[in-house]
Amino acid sequence: MSQTITIDPVTRLEGHGKITIQLNDQGEVADAHFHVTQVRGFERFCEGRPFYEMPALMARICGICPVSHLVASAKACEAIMSVRIPHTAAQLRRVLNLAQMVQSHSLSFFHLSSPDLLLGMESDPTKRHIFGVAAQNPELGRAGIALRRFGQRVIELLGSKRIHTGWVIPGGVTDPLTAANRDEILAMMPEAYSNVKLALAAYKQLASNFKQEIEVFANFPSMYLGLINEDDSIEFTDGTLRLIDEKGKTVEESITATQFPDLIGEAVEPYSYTKFVYYKPFGYPEGSYRVGPLARLNIVKKMGTPLAEPELAEFKQLANGPVESSFYYHHARLIEVLYGIERIEQILADPLILDKHVRATAGVNRLEGAGQSEAPRGTLHHHYKVDADGKMVWANLVVATGHNNNAMNKGVLQAAKAYVRNGKFTEGALNRVEAVIRTFDPCLSCSTHAFGQMPLAMTILSADGEVVDKVVR
Amino acid sequence: MSKLKLATAWLDGCSGCHMSFLDMDERLLELAEFVDLVYSPLVDLKDFPDQVDITLVEGAVASVDDEAKIKKIRAHTKMLIAIGDCAITGNVPSMRNPIGPEPILDRAYIENATLQPQIPCVVVPKLLKVVRPVHEFVEVDVFLPGCPPSADTFHTALTAIISGEPLDIPALTRFGA
Ligand code: SF4
Repeated sequence: MSQTITIDPVTRLEGHGKITIQLNDQGEVADAHFHVTQVRGFERFCEGRPFYEMPALMARICGICPVSHLVASAKACEAIMSVRIPHTAAQLRRVLNLAQMVQSHSLSFFHLSSPDLLLGMESDPTKRHIFGVAAQNPELGRAGIALRRFGQRVIELLGSKRIHTGWVIPGGVTDPLTAANRDEILAMMPEAYSNVKLALAAYKQLASNFKQEIEVFANFPSMYLGLINEDDSIEFTDGTLRLIDEKGKTVEESITATQFPDLIGEAVEPYSYTKFVYYKPFGYPEGSYRVGPLARLNIVKKMGTPLAEPELAEFKQLANGPVESSFYYHHARLIEVLYGIERIEQILADPLILDKHVRATAGVNRLEGAGQSEAPRGTLHHHYKVDADGKMVWANLVVATGHNNNAMNKGVLQAAKAYVRNGKFTEGALNRVEAVIRTFDPCLSCSTHAFGQMPLAMTILSADGEVVDKVVR
Repeated sequence: MSKLKLATAWLDGCSGCHMSFLDMDERLLELAEFVDLVYSPLVDLKDFPDQVDITLVEGAVASVDDEAKIKKIRAHTKMLIAIGDCAITGNVPSMRNPIGPEPILDRAYIENATLQPQIPCVVVPKLLKVVRPVHEFVEVDVFLPGCPPSADTFHTALTAIISGEPLDIPALTRFGA
């Protein structure tokens, strides 16, 4: 009899999700799906509210990457106001977004994924968490907590609150940076450098134990999308989007926020509250692509900071062309953490960084605006329409997890085929299927601005989808 | 002394409350000497355990899954703490209440879809008509407001609870803090 294995909830993920694995009569994997199981409704309930409330409201989509929503939302609002924000405000936002990237990547690597890497995919599930890591390797556990603290503390020193700061507003930021706070950030640098170096060294050593996982963790050709600067260097806050194909050739050179809806579409599948994003000219699902750290490093030609530059060169050696295995998201993530720390240090050396002029003001000058930013896990797009009084009449959001949705589903199927054979599987095998999802660091919180919850569960379904049994792992 | 069993759960919230819990940073490791984190988005156990001493719940009750989850949690938890404004008042998720679930779903999956417009219905849970705070479904022992409550608030409150000392919540936090 054909059956379905359900992993519910998928754990150590940022949100609520399930995985179902469908077996055929021979017990071989026939299909697999990743389900995001929550929906929220921001795109609708923001309507009727003043547009300048949007950054603070939209940030509540996600407590992990509120800053990226603040930035994309504020940029959409600034398109409506037709203003350019002061240089210092742009630089301060860049620091804020990088600090968030450092903390969120640290969370993803240390708190969510390092238990699999350090303790093993087959290790005791009751101890496979960050406290287990801290018990086994106190130095690594503490480095992870400290790196995340670094990012969060930078956010707090800029915006006076670690989560849901109200500091980013349409037109810039509310308050300038003080010299004392800048100096406190700079004083934290040495510890941050030593922790990220420790993490990179530990990852490179551990990665050699995961050859098979590297082979089957969403390891296939795809296109990649991410923000990039005109000089081909990495970018998180400004710049334009570049899309490259599976060979590394440029498909779209620079997509602006305004052009985005003409080129990027969203399809709905019945089994997930997160939509499936694709490049319109190639159709769905052929136009699917990946975003996030792996995509960004595949797209850029340089980092532009001294320590991250050789790391990028080493990363590019992993493949001839774009790096395809999603296992390498972990590697890319740590390189970006290093870059983030370096870049924050560089920006804080700008003599204008303490300038008091950090806000531009204007009213409604256009009835439509869009903004984009890179969230830690990938590209974020906010698109708003307002009436002449500045009240919201429509919004659409496209988030990282939507861009990666097709790749995550394909990846789950690839791993399930490798680890579930003849209807037989172990707890460790299912944990590997979950670990594929963890490489993407999907934010179920964000992806469920419309819907979503992301625990992983296992259920056995018949071929027609009836629940036959529930497997308790 | 045996360790207390601690759980955390995430209903319809943004995970900001969980992030603020993690913002205790190194103090988490000290806390781990007194409590075992037995169930949470951060650990791998899939089913809520039989008996838990303290459970922190983030988020409002918005779907049939949320409702089943909170009832199960209540039945197996000695002390239930609602963390954050979403769990306590409905906050941001309840902004959809005047609109209702159908227009919310229509906007996301029909109007704003380029291809295959349809309302997802396979495996994903149904939305409740209205989003409501946790205490409208089950009894809550402690309310810790804030959006999110700060890491210091978490630390002071948990330390007091673990050591059996009195807890002065208005001195720690307020709505929107
Ligand atoms: S109270 Fe605030 S931080 Fe907590 S879940 Fe709700 S919106 Fe997020």
